[in-house]
Amino acid sequence: MIPASFDYRRASNLDEALMMLSDGGDDAKLLAGGHSLLPLMKLRLAAPSTLVDIGRIPDLSYVREEGDALVIGALTRHRDVETNRLVGEHAPLVAHVAGQVGDPQVRHRGTIGGSVAHGDAASDLPAACLAMGATFTAVSPSGTRTIDSSQFFLGFLETALRPDEILTEISVPKATGAGWSFQKFNRRAQDWAIVGVAAVRGDRTGVSLVNMGSVPVRASAVEAALAGGADETEAASHASDGLEPPADLNASSEYRRHLAKVLVRRALEEARAA
Amino acid sequence: MKVSMTVNGARYDHDVEPRTLLVHYLRETVGLTGTNIGCDTSSCGACTVLVGGESVKSCTMLAVQADGADITTIEGLADADGELHPVQEAFREKHGLQCGYCTPGMVMAIVSLLKENPHPTETEVREGIEGNLCRCTGYHNIVAAALYAAESAKAGAA
Ligand SMILES: Cc1cc2nc3c(=O)[nH]c(=O)nc-3n(C[C@H](O)[C@H](O)[C@H](O)COP(=O)(O)OP(=O)(O)OC[C@H]3O[C@@H](n4cnc5c(N)ncnc54)[C@H](O)[C@@H]3O)c2cc1C
Ligand code: FES
Ligand code: FES
Repeated sequence: MIPASFDYRRASNLDEALMMLSDGGDDAKLLAGGHSLLPLMKLRLAAPSTLVDIGRIPDLSYVREEGDALVIGALTRHRDVETNRLVGEHAPLVAHVAGQVGDPQVRHRGTIGGSVAHGDAASDLPAACLAMGATFTAVSPSGTRTIDSSQFFLGFLETALRPDEILTEISVPKATGAGWSFQKFNRRAQDWAIVGVAAVRGDRTGVSLVNMGSVPVRASAVEAALAGGADETEAASHASDGLEPPADLNASSEYRRHLAKVLVRRALEEARAA
Repeated sequence: MKVSMTVNGARYDHDVEPRTLLVHYLRETVGLTGTNIGCDTSSCGACTVLVGGESVKSCTMLAVQADGADITTIEGLADADGELHPVQEAFREKHGLQCGYCTPGMVMAIVSLLKENPHPTETEVREGIEGNLCRCTGYHNIVAAALYAAESAKAGAA
């Protein structure tokens, strides 16, 4: 399987990438690690006319402390997020989740920015970002803006990013010492989650769900129940409130609703003891 | 587009179509057919090679993305007089293969794993090869081979 033909442009810095992206017209796409885009292109589910390779922009791969936040460059690979000492200390949920993405080969190439920008409901890192209350920085020829993760995922593979924007940074509020849990339910190693739950319980409580709708979502009803003093089992019973989980060959919607309740309860219990 | 890369220590320069996948470049242009294609959908790991020393599924990378990179394929592991790499030797010793189709990818994945984690537990080995499927062995002897390779490296270093 070979992708349809495209023009390939390689950007050596952000400004060049922005220019190439707008020059490329409507059908231009950014290429980061390629581990979501290339499989789609091979199946001809995507056929961009131009690929702008941002994979070599040197200053978009980093992890730094900035006050109460950790900032992670969009091109930081899953493996580097997984093993980074700062992420392990201040956002252990994010480090752990990065280590649960696909398999080692995928983690050597895929980037956190690509994972967020792709916006797949079944992917793991967007859920971790939602639970942590992360914000995303996007740059376009008209300037820079910050988007809250809870406003970012809009529809099936659709995000708040405009076609001329590049996601440059993920800012994660530190949750040093907070309790956390990631429950990824799948049948085989390497698989995507049938349902997943990410939870943080510390100064801030955040619970989010993988594969429970068309976008990565916060479990707002669970968060509200906890804030209202509900116990973990009671709060978890609201896991699928307001959601329409998909049905596919792995699971019916009903089964996903059931799984979400069980996994949210486990996640809350595991995250409780900090 | 012109690409140049080092494959198993030798430099190659070619003009490729941007859509050429690294695995096709290695097999058809460079002529190294040891790297297999199993699934073509990024699932099976048969096409695993090392890019800058790290395992990568070469069916999920464009040759143009590997421009300037240092690639190692299964052909590059044994040394010039044919002495097997410790992981290859371990596969022979522990009977880590049956039909052999998954083997080049498995070996490359394990070389990368042992570089990152020289003394893995059995669980870490099993998780480390989760991106590689084998239809024959049931994985048992592959895991044994990885552990044996780690042990013999320890013995060699002592
Ligand atoms: C076999 C396999 C198993 C996988 N399993 C999992 C899993 O279990 N869980 C999981 O979460 N993910 C999984 N993935 C997906 C993996 O996490 C991808 O690496 C990730 O989703 C995309 O990152 P990328 O850098 O490869 O992005 P690319 O594929 O390069 O890009 C993805 C999309 O995002 C856009 N994009 C990329 N970077 C930017 C940016 N900086 N700004 C704006 N737009 C951008 C691209 O234009 C494209 O549309 C798997 C992938 C494979 C191949
Ligand atoms: S052929 Fe590349 S993963 Fe199967
Ligand atoms: S030995 Fe046959 S597929 Fe692994």
